[in-house]
Amino acid sequence: MTTVDFKINGKSVSVSAEPDTPLLWVIREHLKLTGTKYGCGAGMCGACTVHIDGRSARSCRAQLQDMAGKSVTTIEGLSATSDHPLQKAWIAEQTPQCGYCQSGQIMQAADLLQRNPHPTRDEIVRHMDGNICRCGTYPRIVRAIERAVKEG
Amino acid sequence: MNAPVNSPTSFLATSRRGFLTGAASLGFAFTLGDLVGVAQAQAAETSGTAIGYWVTINADGGIQIAMPAAEMGQGSSTALAMVFAEELDADWPKVSTLDIATRADIYGNPAFGGALITVGSKSIQGYWDKVRLQAASVRRLLMQAAAAQWSVPLAELTTEPSVVVHAASGRRLTYSEIAAFAVVPAELPAVQKSDLKPMSAYRIIGKPLARRDIPLKVDGSAQFGMDVQIPGMVYGTILRSPSEGASPKKVDEASVAAIPGIIKIVPMKDAVGIVAETIEAAFAARGVLQVEWSAVDFDRYASEPALVQFVERAKNLSEAGLPFVKTGDSDAAFAKAGKTVTAEYTTDYLYHAQMEPINITASVNAQGDGAEIWMGTQSQSAIIGAAAAILKTKPEKITLHPHFLGGGFGRRSSPDMVPYALGMSKAVQRPVKVIWTREQDVKAAKMRPMTAHRLEAAVDEQGNVTGWRHRIVAESVVAYSAPARLEQAKGLDPLTLEGAKINYEIPNQAISYLREIRGAPLSAWRGIGAGHNKFAIEGFADEVATALNVDPVAFRLQLCKSNPRATKVIKTVADMAGWGSARPAGRAVGFAFGEIVNTWTAAVVEISLDRETGEIRAHRAWVALDPGIAVNPDSIVAQTEGNVVFGLSQVLKERVTISSGNVDQTNLFDYRVARMSDTPEIHVTIIPTDNPPTGMGEAALPLIGPAVANAMHALTGKRFRDMPLIPQRVKDGLKENGSV
Repeated sequence: MTTVDFKINGKSVSVSAEPDTPLLWVIREHLKLTGTKYGCGAGMCGACTVHIDGRSARSCRAQLQDMAGKSVTTIEGLSATSDHPLQKAWIAEQTPQCGYCQSGQIMQAADLLQRNPHPTRDEIVRHMDGNICRCGTYPRIVRAIERAVKEG
Repeated sequence: MNAPVNSPTSFLATSRRGFLTGAASLGFAFTLGDLVGVAQAQAAETSGTAIGYWVTINADGGIQIAMPAAEMGQGSSTALAMVFAEELDADWPKVSTLDIATRADIYGNPAFGGALITVGSKSIQGYWDKVRLQAASVRRLLMQAAAAQWSVPLAELTTEPSVVVHAASGRRLTYSEIAAFAVVPAELPAVQKSDLKPMSAYRIIGKPLARRDIPLKVDGSAQFGMDVQIPGMVYGTILRSPSEGASPKKVDEASVAAIPGIIKIVPMKDAVGIVAETIEAAFAARGVLQVEWSAVDFDRYASEPALVQFVERAKNLSEAGLPFVKTGDSDAAFAKAGKTVTAEYTTDYLYHAQMEPINITASVNAQGDGAEIWMGTQSQSAIIGAAAAILKTKPEKITLHPHFLGGGFGRRSSPDMVPYALGMSKAVQRPVKVIWTREQDVKAAKMRPMTAHRLEAAVDEQGNVTGWRHRIVAESVVAYSAPARLEQAKGLDPLTLEGAKINYEIPNQAISYLREIRGAPLSAWRGIGAGHNKFAIEGFADEVATALNVDPVAFRLQLCKSNPRATKVIKTVADMAGWGSARPAGRAVGFAFGEIVNTWTAAVVEISLDRETGEIRAHRAWVALDPGIAVNPDSIVAQTEGNVVFGLSQVLKERVTISSGNVDQTNLFDYRVARMSDTPEIHVTIIPTDNPPTGMGEAALPLIGPAVANAMHALTGKRFRDMPLIPQRVKDGLKENGSV
C-alpha cells in the first residue's frame, strides 16, 4: 500500500492503494469518476484515454506509483459545462452510438487539437487509430473533429 | 418523407467538396440549442399525472414515456419515443423517457411473445402497433376529458402539439392542464388501428432528430453497468473454465495469498469467483489463481479440423439434411439442367468484441430469496428469469436496474453472467460488482457459429436459373442458448438459418440444414444467421452470374423482376456506385443484395489489394436500403455506417479458433477489429416507403462480406469462399490461382 498525491481535473487528491494499481481503477473506482472506461486493460483500445500533464495516455497502462505530482484530466474535467468544441461537435454530428468508447475518443482528439489545431484528414486518422469504436462511428468522429477545427 | 435521403459522408475523401455535401448540408446537424428542451424535461421530477402505464404528464408541459427497449447505440430509445410522441401528438422537445422498463406483462415486445428483449432489430418493428395504439389511447382520453369540460362533441376536437383545440370556439387546453383535472379510468379508451395517423400527417416520424442519449455520451455522464456504485459494495471477477462445461476440481487458495484485499474465493459450477476489496486485487488474483479443471469432451475439440469435416458433410449428398425450404422440384430441375454451378463456402467462429466487457452488480438479500441487479442487458426478461430460477424464487423478488449497454450485438442477450454474480454476493453477503477482464470476455466468447455451405444452381438451355440447392452445416445457436426453441422449430434453428432464404425468383429450391453437435458456446451475433448465410448465397450468386456471362447486377435484377422494392434498392446502389464505369487503377467493385431483418438492402464495396501482404483495403462503400417508414433517418444512416465498418471488420479480420477446447485468442491484439484507418468513404441512401418500419441494426452488415469477396474476384479472377479473407488466405489463394 502506498499513498500518492496528485491532481485530477484541477483538484488535489491523495489516493492510498497498491503501488502498481492501474491509474484507470484509481480514477474509476477509488475516485468514482466513471467517464473513463475499461476496455482491454492492455493499451489496445483507447477507451481509458486521459491526459497526464497535458498529453493523452492510456490510464490502464499508467500506475498509481508514477502519478506523484502529476496532473490528470479526465472527460469530466475537459470542460466545465460540457461545451468543449469537440463535445459540441460530437453532438452536432450525432457521433456516439453505444457511447462506451467516446470519452476516450474525445480525450484523444483533444490532445491532437492542442498540439495541431489544423490537422489534415491523414493526421486525424493516424492520431486516432489506437482508439477502437466497435459500433463503427469512425466517419462521424472524423467529421466531428473537422467541425471542431472549423467552429472552434 | 417520400424523397430519398442521401447522406454521402465522404469519409476519408480528399475532396473538400465531398465533405461539404455531407450530412450537415442536409440538416443532419444538431446543436446544444436543440437539446435545451430535453434537458428541461430530464430535470423535471416525475411527479406528474400517470395516464396508464406508458405516459406521465407533468404540470410544466413535460411528457415522460415508458421505454421498453435497451439502448445500446441503435437509437431505439429515441425512435420509439418519437413513435409514441407522434401518435400522442406531443410537443417533441418536451418529451423524455422513463427508465428502461422491467415489467414484461405491461411492456413486453409482441414480436417475442411479450418478453422484454432487444434483439434481431425488432424494437421498432415489434412495438410499432403496440406503442402507437397506447399513445392514441392516451390522446383519446385527453380529448374526451376536454370535450366533457367544454361540453362539446368529441368529434369537434383536434390536437396540436400537446394541446387539445376546439376550433369552433377557439378554446385550447394543454395536455398538462387536462392531466391536472382528467379522471383516469382503469381501462384507457379503446382505439383501433384504423384510428391511427396516416403517414401523410406525421410531424415527428421521418425527421432526422437528435438522439436523446447523445449529450450524456460526450461528457462521461452516461451510466453503463460498468459505472454502478452501490454503498458497501465489493468487487468480483471470475476465472471461467477454459473449456466449455468444465468444473473446478481443485482450487489452490494459497496461490493468491500474497495479494492483499482478497475477501473470498468462491468455486462455482464452471468458474471460480474471486471477491476482493478492490477491482485491482480481484484482477491480480485472477492472473495467478491456480485451478485444476475437470476433464470434459470439449477438451478434444479443435475448430480447424472440425471445419474440414463440416465441408465434407456438406458435400456428402447421401445425407439429405432437414428441409428448410422446398419449393417446386429441384431434382427435376437439376436433371434437366443444361448447366450446373457448384461451390462450397465457409465462415469461422466470431467474437462480439463489444467495447464494455461483461459486468453485473448484484446484491442478494439476507434470506437468499431475492436480489437487486444493476447492469446493461439486451433482455430484462432473461436476467430476471435467470436470477429467479437460480435463487428458486419469484420474479417479483428480483429488482433489475437496467443501464446503458457498451455494445450489445447479441452478446448481452444472454443471462450467462447472472449465476456468478449471485453466487459471489450470496457468499459474502454484500453487493458485489463483478467485472470480467477482457481476456475472460474473449476466452468465454459466445460465438457466431462456424459454418460450411454447399451451393448448386441449375441453369436451363435458355440461360434461366431453374434450380437452387443450399446445404448448411453448422451448430445450432438456440440449442445452446434456448433449447426449447429448437424443439418448437422442429430442429430448424431460426437463428442459424436466418437469412438462408433467397430473395430470387427461382422456381425450384431445396435449402436444408445439417446440424452439428460440437458443444461450442454460441449466441446471436450482429446480423444473426444472415452474417454467414448471405456470404455464401451472395458470393455464389456472383459465381452463377459469371458462369452465365451476365453482369452481377443485371443478373439480380433479372431474378427480382416482380419485386419493386428489391429492384429499387439494387438500381439505386448501382447508380450511386457508378456500377459498370471505369475504376481507378488497381481497384474493383463487388455487389451484394438481400432482404435482411425485413429490410431490402443492396451494397457495393470498392477495394484494392496489396498482393505482397495479402491485405485488402476498402476505399468506398455504397448502401441503399428501404426501411419502410424511416422513423429517424439520421439514426438509420448512422446504423448503416456502423454496419459497413462492422461488416468489413468481419470479412477482413475477425476469427475465433479453438484448440483443445480453448479459445486461442486472448485480447484485442489477437482478435483484431476494424480501426479508423480501415474505414472507407461510406454513402448511404434511404428509400422510405409507406410500409411498416423494418429492422435497422444489422441490415447492411451481412452484405459487406460477399461484396468484398465478389470485388476480389473482379480484381484477381479468383473466388474467395472462406470468410474471413485474412491476408494469409488471400496470399494462398492467389498462389493457387497463379496470379502472383
